[in-house]
Amino acid sequence: MSVLEMREATMRFGGVIAVESLNLEVNLGEIVAIIGPNGAGKTTAFNMITGVYAPTSGLILFDRDGSKEMQTITGMRPDLITKLGVARTFQNIKLFQEMTVLDNVLISSHIGVKSDVFSAIFGLPHYLKEEKAMRERSMELLDKVDLADEAAELATSLPYGKQRKLEIARALATKPRLLLLDEPAAGMNPTETQELTDFVYKIRDEFDLTILLIEHHMQIVMDISDRIYVLDFGKLIAQGVPEEIKNNERVIDAYLGVADD
Amino acid sequence: MKSNSSNKKMGLSTILTIASLIGIVVLLYMIDQHGFLGSYWTRVLRLSGVYAISALSMNLVNGFTGQFSLGHAGFMAIGAYVTSLLIIPTPNKAIQYYVTPVLDFVGKMHAPFWLALILGGLLAAIAAFFIGFPVLRLKGDYLAIATLGFSEIIRIFITNLIPITNGPMGLKNIPASANIWWTTGICTLTVVFMLRLMDTSYGRAIKAIRDDETAAEAMGISLFRHKMMAFMMGAFFAGVSGGLIASVVGTINPGFFRFTLAYEILLIVVLGGLGSITGSVVGAFVLTISREWLRFLDNGFSILGIIKVPPIAGMRMLFFSVLLMIVILYSRRGLFGSNEFTWAGLFAFPGKWKNKAANLFDSAKQKAGRKK
Ligand SMILES: Nc1ncnc2c1ncn2[C@@H]1O[C@H](COP(=O)(O)OP(=O)(O)O)[C@@H](O)[C@H]1O
Ligand SMILES: [Mg+2]
Repeated sequence: MSVLEMREATMRFGGVIAVESLNLEVNLGEIVAIIGPNGAGKTTAFNMITGVYAPTSGLILFDRDGSKEMQTITGMRPDLITKLGVARTFQNIKLFQEMTVLDNVLISSHIGVKSDVFSAIFGLPHYLKEEKAMRERSMELLDKVDLADEAAELATSLPYGKQRKLEIARALATKPRLLLLDEPAAGMNPTETQELTDFVYKIRDEFDLTILLIEHHMQIVMDISDRIYVLDFGKLIAQGVPEEIKNNERVIDAYLGVADD
Repeated sequence: MKSNSSNKKMGLSTILTIASLIGIVVLLYMIDQHGFLGSYWTRVLRLSGVYAISALSMNLVNGFTGQFSLGHAGFMAIGAYVTSLLIIPTPNKAIQYYVTPVLDFVGKMHAPFWLALILGGLLAAIAAFFIGFPVLRLKGDYLAIATLGFSEIIRIFITNLIPITNGPMGLKNIPASANIWWTTGICTLTVVFMLRLMDTSYGRAIKAIRDDETAAEAMGISLFRHKMMAFMMGAFFAGVSGGLIASVVGTINPGFFRFTLAYEILLIVVLGGLGSITGSVVGAFVLTISREWLRFLDNGFSILGIIKVPPIAGMRMLFFSVLLMIVILYSRRGLFGSNEFTWAGLFAFPGKWKNKAANLFDSAKQKAGRKK
């Protein structure tokens, strides 16, 4: 059963066709990778899925609750797509810089707040209850990504690898069904990179996630992915299980050969 | 252990806060009942309190939400006119409209001061709601220009709705209800409101928008709704401060609410620190008081008895403009950055400097030692 489908999704920026007629499908519980050289259009695909850009043409469908009919999220506002259950991280880390680690995660619980702003300001009991629950949940999440000790620190004071983990925690706090990870290993040290595979499995199982990720680190991609899509110059040049991709001539020409040197 | 000691600290700072609040009340009583400061400086303090409210309202939008809006003069004008029209005694109002008679309803309406202030604030917030729809989708410079434009439109409406506003002739004999208790009291309420807001999930959401719109939106925060919320709250307090100013100053006319007013408040916000409640309050008092104190600049002065500067009206503002440029060039974060006053911070302050000085001294000694 598919959770996400892109049908003939195309994104044009002026003369540049960043993504052309992309067909992509992610099934429930899968871990799917998008790979391809820099500028291939991978991040653009994420931006279309999450509503940052409305596709020039094509459809994006999402299944929020296992019902038979998928609903279109094509060109929907990013915050609404997040509310439906799609969360993401960013290739160039986008944490809230002037906030603590805990506040960064707390932000993502704001979607669930039912009290209005005045109840919050006057500290009415039903808001205080919500605030307390939010804090507890956020601390639990930080605990799960081993950042509980740094909760009170400024997000930007963390080393790079931990910032990536914090971004993942922040995304998880929106209670997603589908998680998009844009180059999670970038900037991680070798140990962190090694641990990443287990970490991704762990969060998938614990939070019942379906995961779509962009990654350059081939070891991780081959280890972790159920299926792989390969983009080059905005076009899909191959798709399949890791074994097939490893041995695909076009992929080796376009990408794997280059990445190894 | 840890929580115990932090509890003690909390207790201490609560005591200090209560003590200084009592101190302020006693001071206000002396000022109000015993003419302790004289009416001139009392008025300066009243104005400072009111400008602090204006600055806080602008800081909410510009500093905390990160939306560069310059429409504040317009919202203050709405508050000032609504409040004035509600508190000027009805017979007195009729006399003022000697060119075009006052609209019947406007001539008759009257309300107590507190209600007039609230209504002024609400009307400003409603105006912000309608202006917000087209404008809050814009970013950066475009937003600044558009809000400024709307502020001018409000002023032009006020100038031309003569049967309601008395047009360019303005309103006079506005009762001086806003004594030092009112201005300080409402300023305190505004500070408490802001502190509370920033401590809630909604406050975190607007700060997230300031830090990174794309990320905030990706975390499910509706940009428009939250910007609108901040914009309307800001307009409400701007409206209230406008009502208070009208009552402190006693006469208003459309010219009072030109762009220069928004500029003066922006100066307070930037000098105090974008995103600092403490900064806006301290900035308002420092700037309003020093503007009075620097009055001698307008009357001409001489530098070391060599260069003689003739009396030039507005010389003070030149000083403040240069000050603003220096702050923006060399210390963009203003007096407080985005930090707030805390008692712990105050007590740590001399220690920090002592440490810094000691470190400097040590490294100097080391250097000297190495030379030998
Ligand atoms: N906002 C934009 N405006 C113009 N061109 C863009 C924009 N975003 C991406 N592109 C272009 O689209 C292409 C694909 O970029 P991107 O999706 O970031 O690649 P990848 O993530 O695969 O490295 C690049 O040529 C890039 O310059
Ligand atoms: Mg990319």
